[in-house]
Amino acid sequence: MEDLPFSDVSYNKYIAEEKLMGSRCRGCGALFTPPRSICPVCFGSAMEWVTMEGKGKLAAFTCIFIAPPSMTAQGYGRNRPYCVGVVELVEGPRVAARIEGVDASNPLSIKVGMAVRAIFPYRTDKGGADSYLTFEPA
Amino acid sequence: MGKRRRLGRGVAVVGAGMSKFGMFKDRDSKDLFAEGFGELFSSVDKGFDPREIDCLYLGNFSNDFFTHQSHWGPIIADLVGLTPKPVTRTEGACASSALAFREGVLAIAAGFYDLVLVGGLEEMSKRTTEEVAEGLALATSPYEGRVGFTFPGVFAAVATAYFARYGVTREHLMDVTIKSHHNAPLNPKAQFPVSVRDMLKAKKESLTRRGFPVPHWENEKDFLRDLSVNPMVAWPMHLFDCCPISDGACCMLLASEEIAGNFTDDPIHVAGIGQGSGRGFHGSPDLTSFEATKYAAEEAYGMSGLRPEDVQFAEVHDCFSIAEVIHIEDLGFFSPGRGAFATAEGLTRLDGPKPINTSGGLKCKGHPVGATGISQLYEVWTQLRCRAGSRQIPGGDLRIGGAHNLGGTGGTCTFTILERR
Repeated sequence: MEDLPFSDVSYNKYIAEEKLMGSRCRGCGALFTPPRSICPVCFGSAMEWVTMEGKGKLAAFTCIFIAPPSMTAQGYGRNRPYCVGVVELVEGPRVAARIEGVDASNPLSIKVGMAVRAIFPYRTDKGGADSYLTFEPA
Repeated sequence: MGKRRRLGRGVAVVGAGMSKFGMFKDRDSKDLFAEGFGELFSSVDKGFDPREIDCLYLGNFSNDFFTHQSHWGPIIADLVGLTPKPVTRTEGACASSALAFREGVLAIAAGFYDLVLVGGLEEMSKRTTEEVAEGLALATSPYEGRVGFTFPGVFAAVATAYFARYGVTREHLMDVTIKSHHNAPLNPKAQFPVSVRDMLKAKKESLTRRGFPVPHWENEKDFLRDLSVNPMVAWPMHLFDCCPISDGACCMLLASEEIAGNFTDDPIHVAGIGQGSGRGFHGSPDLTSFEATKYAAEEAYGMSGLRPEDVQFAEVHDCFSIAEVIHIEDLGFFSPGRGAFATAEGLTRLDGPKPINTSGGLKCKGHPVGATGISQLYEVWTQLRCRAGSRQIPGGDLRIGGAHNLGGTGGTCTFTILERR
């Protein structure tokens, strides 16, 4: 795994393997997920892969009723909204993710600040092309 | 943060024109730009010869996608008789034409050109709503689009973070909508020139006429709480929190201050201009603020020597109700967390101490994305020249106004301060 480039393709490949991965700058120690190949803090480009714990809290969310084609194809829409959000990981970085295990048709029941953990329900064998980072209430 | 920048020489707006915004079946981008240019032509007080124009900067986000025609620069240069002079297209998502304006200002400030036409256009309504949504989503961050975020969804998530942090609710955001809809009927170019109060009344009358039961909506907020009138798009953003799909075009004529007097005795000067860039929403340092706006504002304030309290009124990029609230904080008009309450208290109304979006904003004036940036400057120019008719900000002595344009989910932002001297 050390050999994969620090790219979005690798990030999604790891998610398909049920791993939430980030990159750490060997120069200054800054941590990023999704991974970066160039450190915007010290501009170094020596990175190493880090496995994230997959725990965090919900920092922002929405329940989407007017869905894009990629989601209507999965059966979502006005009568079946879905929740997406931004999760602040215990390690610090924030990630955009699907939020499952919540009632998206009752947004008031979902709280900013609630503890969440990563799950990997969309594992496929298409090299990560169909995988989505997903969290559920912890 | 940034360096203090200044223009090499002064630049002024000496003319401007704007098409009506709306959804037009039988009119295309050329027709709309021609309408704006026609108004610009007659707006130059002392007249001008279009052969004197040195070049054109044209803002356009994605007519490639919306009209299946790209390379709009030369089409518009040809339309207004500019060829073979240079035209450059600028793309900054919904901030595309603010970038065209800025490039025009910089080219004149550098001494390279003296008289520059800047403009913007977008033609969106020939596509279905789903196609437009797909086209606009091209400007979100790839990480957000992948997990199912839509454009309204990103701003909706900003709203939940803002609500949790500051104890604000949907009810406060309704005041943004009600205020914009109050201003729009006063703007003859607006796409939705109707107040929420009049919509409520019309709906009641129509239901009565057709013999249907009439709900008891007590006031405008009661009306907006009704999901049959104001359905959910992406919690907490409902239909009336979102700007529409629009067609439109807008343009301005910029001149070096040295020659501005040849065109008008009432030029409007560029006092400060700034532009910033930002990360995707999830990676932004503060989920209830746009870093690109703050950078642009700092640049514009630094250049002009003005402070937020000196800016008497502003157009800000209210693509969604929550966005307006955040921008008026990021621009320094209100402290963080105060924007929603200030709006609810009426401070941003046309007759308030800091009028915001006197044009009706993107919400009601319309948002043909590539035309929006210059259309905001058009409103500031119109107000500063006291030509805004029934929506003229009362009190007189308007000298300084601002225009804030945002592209994508905060990826590109500009802030421009215009001044009447």
